[in-house]
Amino acid sequence: MTTVTNGVNVQALLDAREVLKGAPEAAQFTWRASSTWERGVHSKTTIENFFGLGQEQHHKSESVFEADHPEIFAAEDNGITPIEYLLVGLAGCLTAGVASVAENRGIQLHSVKAVVEGNHDIRGILGADSDVRNGFNDIKVTFTIDADASRQDIEALVAQSQKRSAVFDALTNPTDVTVEVA
Amino acid sequence: MMGGRGVERTTAVVIGAGHAGLAASHFLSARSIDHVVLERGEVANSWRRERWDSLRLLTPNWQNRLPGHCYDGPEPDGYLAVPEVVEFIERFAAVTCAPVRTGTEVTALRLLGDQYQVVTNQGEIRCRTVVIASGACNLPSVPPLRAAVPASIRQLTSFDYSGPADLPEGGVLVVGASATGVQLAAELQRSGRQVTICVGEHVRLPRLYRGRDVLWWMDATGVWDQRHDEVDDLDRARRLPSPQLVGTPERSTLDLNTLTALGVQAVGRWTAVRDGRALFSGGLRNVLALADLKLERLLDSFDAWAEANGRDADADPPERHDPTRAPAPRWQLDLTGGEIRTIVWATGYRPDYRWLDVPVVDDKGRLRHEGGVVDSPGMYALGLPVLRRRRSTFIHGAEDDARAVVDHLAQYLAGHVDSDVSRAA
Repeated sequence: MTTVTNGVNVQALLDAREVLKGAPEAAQFTWRASSTWERGVHSKTTIENFFGLGQEQHHKSESVFEADHPEIFAAEDNGITPIEYLLVGLAGCLTAGVASVAENRGIQLHSVKAVVEGNHDIRGILGADSDVRNGFNDIKVTFTIDADASRQDIEALVAQSQKRSAVFDALTNPTDVTVEVA
Repeated sequence: MMGGRGVERTTAVVIGAGHAGLAASHFLSARSIDHVVLERGEVANSWRRERWDSLRLLTPNWQNRLPGHCYDGPEPDGYLAVPEVVEFIERFAAVTCAPVRTGTEVTALRLLGDQYQVVTNQGEIRCRTVVIASGACNLPSVPPLRAAVPASIRQLTSFDYSGPADLPEGGVLVVGASATGVQLAAELQRSGRQVTICVGEHVRLPRLYRGRDVLWWMDATGVWDQRHDEVDDLDRARRLPSPQLVGTPERSTLDLNTLTALGVQAVGRWTAVRDGRALFSGGLRNVLALADLKLERLLDSFDAWAEANGRDADADPPERHDPTRAPAPRWQLDLTGGEIRTIVWATGYRPDYRWLDVPVVDDKGRLRHEGGVVDSPGMYALGLPVLRRRRSTFIHGAEDDARAVVDHLAQYLAGHVDSDVSRAA
């Protein structure tokens, strides 16, 4: 296998897989986000710490995400719409998967671009039609990948990336969600 | 030596008189190793009692062989029906004069010093070695979701199912798209019931490729020969659902496109029940794509082999199959609305080791073994998926496996192997 340089430390991931096979408790992670209402439908969410490998962990720095609604919703558009953050998550996750699988399979990537489109009937959230759901009707991801590989191998990369994607799973399968007042 | 009255002693005990246990017995006899084969029911018991009526082997007749025992009937390209499988295995038991004790159920197996104590409903046996050949499909494996299904819906597993007449009229939800799932879905749809099939990861195969059985290609190209320690992800290979195949006289393909053409509706993997509704995964398209890609890669490897080995001339031209058609998306189904009257769980099988009191079963209920050499001195296993090679999953894999395992067992008896688990060659 030729050496590829996609910049993914696949060996570390494979090593972690072996270690965590025998230590399921260390594999339990909790990801956290804290948000504060600003004004109107504008909120600010910060992410800095998480729990994993049996202890508190920190990102190198805190990230701040502004969520708002666009002006056509009569809002100030201080940031993207919350549902658009799901697209950010899906694109980020599938792209990371493509790079990791490519590295593991010895495929050199030159560019990976994805367009993510979530179709949304907003009559659901407006309560205009009780038969319409609140969330996306469907999501379409289109990858354009330039790599030293056949089309079949590239399709296999994208398929394997979905198979191992946290966000793809979270969007395609139901998750038990609890919302409480502290 | 300790031991009470009525305790029988032998050198080896084989548990199970199916194809694998009988193959072990054949090689034990060849080495004059004193042994008995314990069978809870009759020879080939699971085939007699735990299979549906229309089932035929997935492997073509020419491929079915046990040591010194081949199919010699008029249809080498056909597929044995269950009674014929029973007859095939029974005939092997008779020809090899296997010391089978039927109606003898093992209720406990313990390690006492350097001996095994085998407790049965017919008394106790002490032995130095044990070959576990009790099968990989003793119990249906049904997910906890079953508990959330409303009582108005009848639930069956493939163990309870003999044919469509077992089911009430009305819609059927078949869960799982392995060989079992697609076969039952097709049969039930043809019986006039509307079938919905839940499809997770699956293995798509055409019955014939370039005019030959797809299993011929896998045999010829060496797929079955792949050793357990050469397989990339052995755990995955051992858990792989059986391929979407059926053995019919017409030698026809039974994939999801066939089911769609029959009118079966495919949905994604069943993930939850919420408010009386079954929720299905929205990831169906990807499992269809994965199966299509893997099939294409497999056929590419067949074509490459045919070309490299000068076999292009005696096979039909290469062909490619239509991609699996994705159905209109559906991710929920009201279980209380009457659309579904019966759920058939075709979600796989697992072995039953509740009688095994030696700590060799992992937390997933699987026997810890290396190529059939179990993690307890003198204990062996046969007849499990990808035990030593991919071929091990099938009847014709038993011969090489049993020979190797009995070789190891004989060396162990002769004191030539460490008490550590050694890699059988």
